Amino acid sequence: MIAALNNKIDMQRYLKSLKFALYCITHPLDGFWDLTHEKRGTYAAANTILFLTLLIRVLKLRYTSFIFITVYWEGINIFLYIASVAFPLAIFVIGNWGLTTLFDGKARLGQVYMASCYALTPYPLIQFPLMFFSNFVTVDEAEFYSVISALSLVWAAMLFIAAMGQIHEFSMAKNLLFIVASLFAMLVIIFILLLFFSMISQGVAYFISLAKEIMFRL
Amino acid sequence: MKKRIKMIGALALGAVILASSSVTVSARERSYTYNYDYWGDVQDSPDFYTVTKVYPAEAFGLEDNFSNPQGMFVKDDMVYICDTGNNRIVQLKRTGTEQFAVERIFSSIQGDTDVKDLSQPTDIAVSEEGDIYICDQGNARIVKLDSDLNYLLQFDLPVDSTVSADSTFKPSKLVVDTAGRVYCIAVSINQGLCKYEPDGTFSGFVGATPVTYNLVDYLWKKFATQEQRQRMASFVPTAYDNIYMDQEGFIYACAGGQEEEDLDSGAADAVRKLNLMGSDILVQNGEYPVYGDLYWGEGGGYEGPSYFTDVTVLDNDIYVCLDKNRGRLFGYDDQGKTVFCFGGNGNMDGYFRLPAAIEHMGHDLLVLDTQDCSVTLFTPTEFGETVYDAIEQFDDGDYVLSGESWQKVMDLDGNYDLAYIGIGRSLLRQERYREAMDYFELKYDAENYSKAYKQYRKEWVEDHIVVIVIVILAVFLIPLSIGRVKSIKHEIDIADIFRF
Repeated sequence: MIAALNNKIDMQRYLKSLKFALYCITHPLDGFWDLTHEKRGTYAAANTILFLTLLIRVLKLRYTSFIFITVYWEGINIFLYIASVAFPLAIFVIGNWGLTTLFDGKARLGQVYMASCYALTPYPLIQFPLMFFSNFVTVDEAEFYSVISALSLVWAAMLFIAAMGQIHEFSMAKNLLFIVASLFAMLVIIFILLLFFSMISQGVAYFISLAKEIMFRL
Repeated sequence: MKKRIKMIGALALGAVILASSSVTVSARERSYTYNYDYWGDVQDSPDFYTVTKVYPAEAFGLEDNFSNPQGMFVKDDMVYICDTGNNRIVQLKRTGTEQFAVERIFSSIQGDTDVKDLSQPTDIAVSEEGDIYICDQGNARIVKLDSDLNYLLQFDLPVDSTVSADSTFKPSKLVVDTAGRVYCIAVSINQGLCKYEPDGTFSGFVGATPVTYNLVDYLWKKFATQEQRQRMASFVPTAYDNIYMDQEGFIYACAGGQEEEDLDSGAADAVRKLNLMGSDILVQNGEYPVYGDLYWGEGGGYEGPSYFTDVTVLDNDIYVCLDKNRGRLFGYDDQGKTVFCFGGNGNMDGYFRLPAAIEHMGHDLLVLDTQDCSVTLFTPTEFGETVYDAIEQFDDGDYVLSGESWQKVMDLDGNYDLAYIGIGRSLLRQERYREAMDYFELKYDAENYSKAYKQYRKEWVEDHIVVIVIVILAVFLIPLSIGRVKSIKHEIDIADIFRF
């Protein structure tokens, strides 16, 4: 990403693609079509949006008023907290690509990732100011916060659906079907991962016990 | 040789004992008194109450030991104990902090009635006028006596279409209000409390618990045949275990044997505060419902939720519930927040075998143990007394004093949530909103925080109104004037008169 910003033209392209995220969220169908087909999006911008999303989700823990979020700090693992968004996103991208590529999906793996990240834009955009706003309200006015907060999520979800449809060039029905199918693909991936890890740990345990046994005999 | 082996054995044993004792020291041991914080974590606490003395019957100067005592009642400095198994009632007078003197013992009554001997009295109440009401369970009646034990009146089986006329009346607990109305709990009557008018007539049931049932049982019942249905348990309200009338005339009723899932979902209440209409008006503003222990896991041979067998309400509206499952006492304030939890099952002082009744005498608590046949007297410690002071001062309107008391409480126990909120509320009343906000935020009290913040925000806006107006004007006027200047400049640039 830093290497990509080295020269001035790349920098301009990066800023332009980041600004394009704002166009995407207001004109989802047109925007996400152009994102991949007209190459108006960049990985650098996608990474930036994802980074901001994760960062603001963490910042929210600390800076949102306790009226809305009370944090049991002893129970927070920052890496797990970040992974709780990043990991589902990663396996969704892989699962979605893996499925759609078999059924005429036009997007490549990287493009699925890019579109997913662009669809997250409303989250940092709304949650960041909302985080400060939360400190200036009382419980009576809490509804404002909740509604706006929910809005950011609903907006992101709708963008997500629009993005998937546009980059794969799917019809609406097919698009929804494949999003649901992708969720099942995620379950399959998780299942295989669990299987894999438990196999590995058992394999390792076998060799450890073997080594121990030999040590005893020596 | 043998001696040496013995010595080695003794040394080894000593080492084992040493090692194991060091293990128990390092293991986390809970304090006798504890509290639940905002997160539901158990926080150790200084003792709120200490045992002043445990009184078996002989400590009161009685010849016969108690036998299965069920009920207790306190009026001013008089303690009445229903010695159920011995068919007698023991009246004691408190003569000092630790001394009780036997006032009278009676097992029979005088006056115009056929049955003069009491049989298994389970509860007693004394009205303002001094009339004595006794649940004479073995004789299937509640008797009203004057202060000299002369029979005045009796209350019999409720005359109601829902009560079979040939069933035996087994009253177990009763309270009397200022007008002389009697409310009683009777075995196998679960329609609520039986209410009697002062003249002895039954006037209806009040305050039945809402019926709870789960969906699976309900569906089973739908498909079951008539015969199967009869064999199934029917959905009926849970009967109350005990009642207490506070000084304002509200009845606190506890129903112990609730299902875990009903307590969890809020379908059932362990304690209810009944008004005249019989509806529940108990305030539950705490983080957790009023049902005693939050964790019901198996431990030490006990499992399941707390079983509230009795409740007493102090004059400062703090009510103390007695859990017979784990032998613990739970104090709650008028907002339903936990004030203290302590106790346990066991044979030491301050622990119980099967507690049955709790009463209060000022701030002191008396607990009657059915199996141990003893009464335990608890007195507040400095910590407990300071908490009570703080609460009473706040109720009296001495907000500054209350704040100071809460500060003392906090010095004694920094993990006591109520102290933070108490200081906050005191500061709020003193209009020191900014400081109050800090205290509320520390203990996540959003309601009070918002109250303080609202005032603070209002003050801030009033103080900075000039700046706010200037900023707002600036935001609107500066771009406007810039545009205006630009357009004037533009017009000057293109104006003909400046063209030469």
